[in-house]
Amino acid sequence: MDAMASIPKRVGEIRFGLLSPREVRKMSITPIITADTYDDDGYPIDMGLMDMRLGVIDPGLICKTCGSRAGDCPGHFGHIELVAPVIHVGFNKLILKSLRSICRNCSNFLLEPQRKNEYLEQLQQLKIMGHSTDDLVNDLFKEARKTKVCPHCNEEQVEIKFEKPSDYIENGEKLTPTEIRERFENMSDDDVRLMGMDPSNARPEWMILTVLPVPPVTVRPSITLESGQRSEDDLTHKMVDIIRINQRFQENREAGAPQLILEDLWELLQYHVTTFFDNEVSGVPPARHRSGRPLKTLTQRLKGKEGRFRGSLSGKRVNFSARTVISPDPNLSINEVGLPYAIAKQMTLPVNVISRNLEKMRQYVARGNDVHPGANYVIRADGRRIKVTDVNCTDLAEKLDIGWVVERQLQDGDIVIFNRQPSLHKMSIMAHHVKVLPYKTFRLNPAVCPPYNADFDGDEMNLHVLQTEEARAEAEILMKIQENILSPRFGGPIIGGIHDHISGMFLLTRTDNDISKNDALDLLRKSHIRQLPEPAGYRDDGEPYWTGKQIFSQLLPDDLNLEYVAEVCFKCDECDRENCENDAYVIIENGELITGTIDEKGIGAFKGHIVDKIVKEYGSTKSAEFIDDMTRLAIRAIMRSGLSFGISDEDIPKEAQMHISEIISNAEDEVKRLIEAYEARELEPLPGRTLDETIEMKIMQKLGVARDKTGDVAGNHLGLDNSAVIMAKSGARGSMLNLTQMAASVGQQAVRGERIRRGYTGRTLPHFSKGDLGADAHGFVKSSYKSGLNPTEYFFHAVGGREGLVDTAVRTSQSGYLQRRLVNALQDLEVQYDGSVRETRGVIVQFKYGEDGIDSTKSDYSNPETIHSIVKSVTGKEVEQ
Amino acid sequence: MTLSEATINSMVDDLPLPQNMVNTLKEDAIKAGVTKKELEEIIQQVMDNYGYACVEPCEAVGVVSAQSIGEPGTQMTMRTFHYAGVAEINVTLGLPRLIEIVDARKTPSTPMMTVALEEGYSDSRDEARKLAWQIEATHIGHLGDVTTDLAQMQLVVDLHEKTLTQRDISVDGIAGIIRDKLNVLVKISEEVDYQIIIQPNQPSYRELLQLAKNIHNVTLKGIEGIKRVVIRKDSDEYTLYTEGSELNEVLKIDGVDVTRTYTNNIAEIYEVFGIEAARNALVKEAMDTLSEQGLNVDIRHIMLVADIMTCDGEVKQIGRHGISGEKASVFARAAFEVTVNHLLDAGIRGDVDELNGVTENIIIGQPIKLGTGDVHLVATKPVKGESV
Repeated sequence: MDAMASIPKRVGEIRFGLLSPREVRKMSITPIITADTYDDDGYPIDMGLMDMRLGVIDPGLICKTCGSRAGDCPGHFGHIELVAPVIHVGFNKLILKSLRSICRNCSNFLLEPQRKNEYLEQLQQLKIMGHSTDDLVNDLFKEARKTKVCPHCNEEQVEIKFEKPSDYIENGEKLTPTEIRERFENMSDDDVRLMGMDPSNARPEWMILTVLPVPPVTVRPSITLESGQRSEDDLTHKMVDIIRINQRFQENREAGAPQLILEDLWELLQYHVTTFFDNEVSGVPPARHRSGRPLKTLTQRLKGKEGRFRGSLSGKRVNFSARTVISPDPNLSINEVGLPYAIAKQMTLPVNVISRNLEKMRQYVARGNDVHPGANYVIRADGRRIKVTDVNCTDLAEKLDIGWVVERQLQDGDIVIFNRQPSLHKMSIMAHHVKVLPYKTFRLNPAVCPPYNADFDGDEMNLHVLQTEEARAEAEILMKIQENILSPRFGGPIIGGIHDHISGMFLLTRTDNDISKNDALDLLRKSHIRQLPEPAGYRDDGEPYWTGKQIFSQLLPDDLNLEYVAEVCFKCDECDRENCENDAYVIIENGELITGTIDEKGIGAFKGHIVDKIVKEYGSTKSAEFIDDMTRLAIRAIMRSGLSFGISDEDIPKEAQMHISEIISNAEDEVKRLIEAYEARELEPLPGRTLDETIEMKIMQKLGVARDKTGDVAGNHLGLDNSAVIMAKSGARGSMLNLTQMAASVGQQAVRGERIRRGYTGRTLPHFSKGDLGADAHGFVKSSYKSGLNPTEYFFHAVGGREGLVDTAVRTSQSGYLQRRLVNALQDLEVQYDGSVRETRGVIVQFKYGEDGIDSTKSDYSNPETIHSIVKSVTGKEVEQ
Repeated sequence: MTLSEATINSMVDDLPLPQNMVNTLKEDAIKAGVTKKELEEIIQQVMDNYGYACVEPCEAVGVVSAQSIGEPGTQMTMRTFHYAGVAEINVTLGLPRLIEIVDARKTPSTPMMTVALEEGYSDSRDEARKLAWQIEATHIGHLGDVTTDLAQMQLVVDLHEKTLTQRDISVDGIAGIIRDKLNVLVKISEEVDYQIIIQPNQPSYRELLQLAKNIHNVTLKGIEGIKRVVIRKDSDEYTLYTEGSELNEVLKIDGVDVTRTYTNNIAEIYEVFGIEAARNALVKEAMDTLSEQGLNVDIRHIMLVADIMTCDGEVKQIGRHGISGEKASVFARAAFEVTVNHLLDAGIRGDVDELNGVTENIIIGQPIKLGTGDVHLVATKPVKGESV
């Protein structure tokens, strides 16, 4: 609560630079000279790597430097004085370029003074304009490298070669880091600027380390194993190595050891410092742990998906979240999410106690933390957090006062955020109202599956509880399900009926089935409709009846007018419109369904015209209500007759089977004839194709036609009384192709769009003779799923199926990366108040968003039809063609 | 009293509406014959509707566009080769093509051109055929058989008479081109008609075999890089479809309709026609790729992507070597790819991260300046005694 009390501060900017040796010493709390960590009593050694002044990690202890506890103490740096300078690996390339472009004698940049000034001015210009200086600096390096004689001291320049990992060879001799450092030290500030560096933040000699900062212990915490043994962090291990070598180097040098040994030690020191920064430098064997595992040093910590930047800084972890399996509940509103009691009792949201809610909050606290809408914590006015328990709840409730905060358990109506990964679009995270329910799964209306791309085969979802009023208001206004019915991707509804909703609606509205009063009332029972319309007619026995279209019409707004072609449309050459014999032309007049069947094109997710129209004309609340009622009605409707599918639904009469096998054998004969023509070299190749390609294409085409024909035969025998046909035609699930494969013939199996050719030399399987081009030798499956596949067919089917699996696996990774790149490139774009689109630097990307400034979900308000209808409504004249 | 066309125009033209809306409004008003009062009412309503249809300021349109294009990626096919329009030419489609467009590759994996023809060429199959021969790269392999005569140390090319006349190439011409390009001795055989004899400069086997190889790479006619040309009749005119793309060269040929000739190589369009054309080509290619897969994506999203790729005057890639790599923020670059290098470079240059973008602020842990985070409310403390 302290954070709330003070005004939140904003970080204005962050400046980058190199650490100078002086700075390293200044920020260091102590030099580190002992390679050992703890003494025999397990106490950290002073000036050792675990010095108490470097920060605290053990809970309960107090930091010797800043006096705060573990968690609050940020840690403090130490430093190691390196006996000899070493090169920082990250800067190898720049050091080489710099060495090549400065004089080996006088350290001047190898350019005429006049050129230098020109370049300096250009650099200055670029900086003011906010452009990158990289290209210019590279040109500079290139130009300087070409200079063979120093224009300042006339010293002849020598080519410097770089040898991995960090040796610089001049005249066949290795330049020591000390020598390099000396050259850099002598450079003037202007020359440093020419190298693209800012001399106040980064001088070239700082790329060669003389002092090494020792990261605080909070960066490299040691863990205590169960056995009581301490296990040190990888970085600590590396530091130990560095200190050891550093010491040995010093001892040897003081003892006057031969140059050769000193050089070896120097190289070893370089190795350890190198691997301390980066353990994956090419040409350097990675430093390993005792177990043989390569150490994770600084670079490895930052890099990659699980690294500091992508893993920890951009991907934050949160409290107040829950995750469990999801399951459907059609009785919930689309705006609701069913939350298990067990979770509701754990998750809280803070409520400030004011005079108006004091009594209510007392009741929450008084119930304790175990009776459902209770409270788990109270925060006193002084900021103390107290856990509510059975023991203290009555006591706390009494003491509760204005200015306290109660962390109250979730209850019906609270707004929460619900999410399913992968979060590919903004509709993957939406806000729901809580409905606390028994059992242990999150419940959601099946109509909201499409935006989340969820199903109930074991999917899990995450739920987050919002902790501030601002966040809750934002969620309510912007993120609620009903505000996201339209997808900005195509401006149409992404929430609507699925599966059974569609088949149910189809069955209800298709035929003029008469529905008795009892049934009609039962159908509408779960909706908000409380009155039946005038009956459509009376039966012979005097009982009134209603039609399915009438029942559905009750859900529609009274002044809705709409005309469209339904999914069941047979795409006849000439459309009979309202007289369509398949009842596929939908006309809704004044909220009354006159003709047509309601199917996927009407109420389905992605395609539903009615849903689309209702959202755009009547607003989100109305549409949420419509979707709720419609889905419930559809489910009641499908329950009236039931919709099931069994193996007997794939049965087709004997003569149809005969017909199918005839078609297939005809096709096989044709293929045989093609092959004969091919072998006799009588086949005419298609333009631009070889003969082999031509025959493949022709065979593929012949067999494809044959499969379609068998499908037609099967389709003719399976009418709209077959539930699979109902599902396919109404767009609820599956297609006629699926049905064809089940009932008639599976068809050609393909790998990369071609017939199966791989396998043994000259043939796919040993069952066939070499060079056989026939249909069955290359993966044509003439059986249907129902009749069963023979062994070779089964094998080919598996081959084709495997390709599909591999394809999906590859595709998800590729499209995931594409998505990441797109989002990364475009995330800073924002529409400004003047309608332009700009990025963070203020660069204008579009002068008007999308050339017309129109939001894709609302584009219908600006299309020609709207203008026509406005003109019509004002003048009363028809202007549409 | 109905308004005259001129009055309607003057009333409607200056409205701050997109051009297509202005046009429809004008047409409708003229057709309906509106009075001044009616037109004012209509304009008022249309303006209200347009105002409602506009994007709201501070909307994070970038992310929405990126998601709208990225999300259907999972539903696209991976099949690299497919046949589109012309059965004879392979074109990359689906996800690989979309990635290629966004990557701003120099050459697509299957470059292809649609060459529209000018009048006089487009209605005659023969003229179209002639043009096709002018465009398609012709190699010696197309025209005849090459035999290596080891005894005489020479190559003997027997040309097919029919093909030569068909492609309108003369024996002398072939001999000349080979002589020029390979710089060897070329003789037209005196004994046999349609035979060329080619001898290497030095009589060595090495030279001879090298020559036998090189001779197949000489383009005798047409444009190098265009492997195949297919003629097709679309509606009532002949159009050429080429495998391989050389926009600049093809446009130089007489009879090619410069205004309607198209290539799927965006880099070439940029070079020949400039950045605006490249931007439109990006939109068209991406839109076609998506709709071919049956995916419905609003064009505004694609335009935004195309615009950010081209807004600096050159076609930049979406990714590390393009837009993401040139971001102002060190943190944003470090969080995307090649983390460590960006940090080291930033240190050297003494960069300052001004924390304006999204990633930076997430890393720092403060609200982002986008959407509702970009709006600031300032409350004045109510003065005592004053009611609100």
